[in-house]
Amino acid sequence: MEIQVSNEDTFYVISIDGDLDASSSILLDNALKEATIQGEKKILVDCRRLNYISSAGLGVFMSYLQEFENNHTSLILFGVSIKIKDVFQILGLDQLLTIAVSKEEAKLLVVNEPLL
Amino acid sequence: MSHYYKFFCSRENLRGIRDFVTSVLKNHPLSETEINQMVLAVDEICSNMIIHSHQCNEEDFIELSIRNQKDGIVFEIVDKGDELFNLSSHQDPSITDIVKQGKKGGVGLMLVKKIMDNVEVLSEDSHHVWRLYKKLPPQRI
Repeated sequence: MEIQVSNEDTFYVISIDGDLDASSSILLDNALKEATIQGEKKILVDCRRLNYISSAGLGVFMSYLQEFENNHTSLILFGVSIKIKDVFQILGLDQLLTIAVSKEEAKLLVVNEPLL
Repeated sequence: MSHYYKFFCSRENLRGIRDFVTSVLKNHPLSETEINQMVLAVDEICSNMIIHSHQCNEEDFIELSIRNQKDGIVFEIVDKGDELFNLSSHQDPSITDIVKQGKKGGVGLMLVKKIMDNVEVLSEDSHHVWRLYKKLPPQRI
């Protein structure tokens, strides 16, 4: 599994390529940790090449949700395949995570989120 | 028909386990989502064993078998570890609590129980067997 991080305007984009499992989820954790250290507030996760996710990967996303809510940080996933979305749905995480169809929609969702 | 796979206790072997389960299930008329769910359930049990029961000791091994029954598919994961997991005392965590506490783990077994139609842990001689059963209509086996 590979993770690439890039900045697009004011967006911090994490791109995942491969399987997010118990051996690789640490890489996503590191990328999200780095985003928080840098004070990033608009985080997009490109899941177009995400082939698989286990509870270890789900756990990484879950572990940042409260912190991001407290810090008014947006976390938007996009390009999620049907089988990956199904895994989110099994636990109801699709209701807790914001999932967009495309990067463009993800950026719009960030911009349109009200600032608290 | 039965399929067998033996793997040593390294996280790096999880990919091979998933590939094995996927290749077996592709012989059945199942959707990609259905296959992914069963692969996930097996992966969760195997990764728990590798990490928690064997502390990633690469000299230890675990055996996995998959066999058809007339009304479904049975996955058996056989472990010679000392500790028998007490499944009956396991309670599914609250997702809300996990999120509030910022926890990273705790939902693996919950996923397995939601995906599979029956989950058992049996003690047989000197080993433990996790038996996962997925009910399927006969035309899809």
